[in-house]
Amino acid sequence: MSADAALALGPSSGLSEPVRLPSPVTESRLAQIALIAIAVAFLAFFLLLPLIAVFAEALRRGVNAYFASFTDPDTLSAIWLTVVVAAIAVPLNIVFGLAASWAIAKFDFKGKSFLLSLIDLPFSVSPVVAGMCYVLLFGAQGYFGHWLDSHNLQIIFAIPGLVLATIFVTFPFVARELIPLMQEQGTSEEEASLSLGAGGFRTFWSVTLPNVRWALLYGVLLCNARAMGEFGAVSVVSGHLRGLTNTIPLQVEILYNEYNFVAAFAVASVLASLGLVTLAIKSGLEWRYGDQISAAHRH
Amino acid sequence: MPQFRVPSAIPGFGLTYGFVWLYLAIVILIPLGAVVLFASSLGPVKLYALLTRSDTFAALRLSFGLSLIAAAVNAVFGLIVAWVLTRYSFPGRRLLDAAVDLPFALPTAVAGIALTAIYAPNGWIGSLFAQGSVWASWFGPLKIAYTPLGIFVALVFIGLPFVVRTLQPVLSDLDKELEEASATLGAKRSVTLFKVVLPTVFPALLTGFALAFARAVGEYGSVIFIAGNIPGVSEIAPLLIITRLEQFDYAGATAIATAMLVLSFFILLLVNLTEAWSRKRLGHVR
Repeated sequence: MSADAALALGPSSGLSEPVRLPSPVTESRLAQIALIAIAVAFLAFFLLLPLIAVFAEALRRGVNAYFASFTDPDTLSAIWLTVVVAAIAVPLNIVFGLAASWAIAKFDFKGKSFLLSLIDLPFSVSPVVAGMCYVLLFGAQGYFGHWLDSHNLQIIFAIPGLVLATIFVTFPFVARELIPLMQEQGTSEEEASLSLGAGGFRTFWSVTLPNVRWALLYGVLLCNARAMGEFGAVSVVSGHLRGLTNTIPLQVEILYNEYNFVAAFAVASVLASLGLVTLAIKSGLEWRYGDQISAAHRH
Repeated sequence: MPQFRVPSAIPGFGLTYGFVWLYLAIVILIPLGAVVLFASSLGPVKLYALLTRSDTFAALRLSFGLSLIAAAVNAVFGLIVAWVLTRYSFPGRRLLDAAVDLPFALPTAVAGIALTAIYAPNGWIGSLFAQGSVWASWFGPLKIAYTPLGIFVALVFIGLPFVVRTLQPVLSDLDKELEEASATLGAKRSVTLFKVVLPTVFPALLTGFALAFARAVGEYGSVIFIAGNIPGVSEIAPLLIITRLEQFDYAGATAIATAMLVLSFFILLLVNLTEAWSRKRLGHVR
């Protein structure tokens, strides 16, 4: 290749024009193009195509059929239920995330790494197993099933079960965003605030919280998207009662299994749009406030 | 006496620490404890009998086998994607970078029906391999959706971001001086890549592989639509748990869940040990 030839000749080869040497720490132009092509093809094939398919299938029979899918009362109640479940689960997880990050990032204590790995646990537990836990506890033949039944309380196949299962799979999201950032920021600003006479809560509200606001928003977005889109865990505890315990993803499953493909993909496109908006805001936050969200991004 | 915590002027430790444990207890410790309790009340003999039932064993083998293959494929292509995204600049790089998160952003059920639509015999990609296609006239028709191959496709989809997102920070922190030193000493670029760069990022690659694997084993939503769910052939372990629960066979469901939890735990442990070993051998921080 000419680049190798130039390298062999070197700058002292008597050429009048300066020779641009290829960087020794990168691949040849050809290899770069090949690798980029592989990466683009792989991502387009595996990631972008499914996204396009959702909208293509939803609009297959035209815009009218698309919007007609949203007049089904079961679909509307599924959308409402999803909003209700997320409205309970996400705020609880925000409180947990703030408490966990305060305790873990601002103090040094024994067993911290154990606590951290407990917080990461939902990422390595199958959502189906998560849902199963609650069935073992609160199901008709579970440990508390009899007691609940005799007191006329229902958790499984009802909203409390949906909320619990959703919290199980989504609670690490806020905490995971906040902990590394707050650890990086240290405690000096809080100590300054306290020594100037502010109380603990005042310090948290006007010093700590503003420092982590973008990371908090980031975590809440991820938590909310997952809460609204969760399928496996919710599927186990829902019982699939139409119009009563069906969230949006479960409604998608029902419509799909009834061969009502346009409606299934139309409802799915709502969730896909939610995911896209989340992704767009998330990427925007990363580009704009990357340093204020911290480097540790794995989920 | 050793102290439980370092004294601090900052208030609120007791409150937040207590709340965190209370929340964890209610949300995950007691529920997971119920699984452990139920499994131990069955006893090892009963558990073994439940797990060696032919359909259970087939489902576990399918889930773990396909997850391993999918995670391996993701490790290879994830490394290429992460390398391209951190090292090269080309138009559309940022968009591509954002697109890596799609499997996190797209709910699993949505991904599941979309993948099925694409890989079904009449879908965009499925039709390229179905009866009557050019492929079929040479090699015979290939069915992707409703077979284990379809499950594999779904598992690759959901696992990719784990590998890429684990590798990216490590690749961008990579010390270029090492590569320069290698080049100065006369190593060809390919030798530098395989003998200098690859060993350095190997622990991260392994972590990404393990995360993708763990996720794939437990995955439900994106798989069940494309799987076809034929018992013994394309029925995954999480689906079998749900089937057992619907039959009120809590013991059967618990046995499968225990096997999944234990096997995942051991794989993560193995990876942690390998990582520690490789860190010690190479003596770098990550």
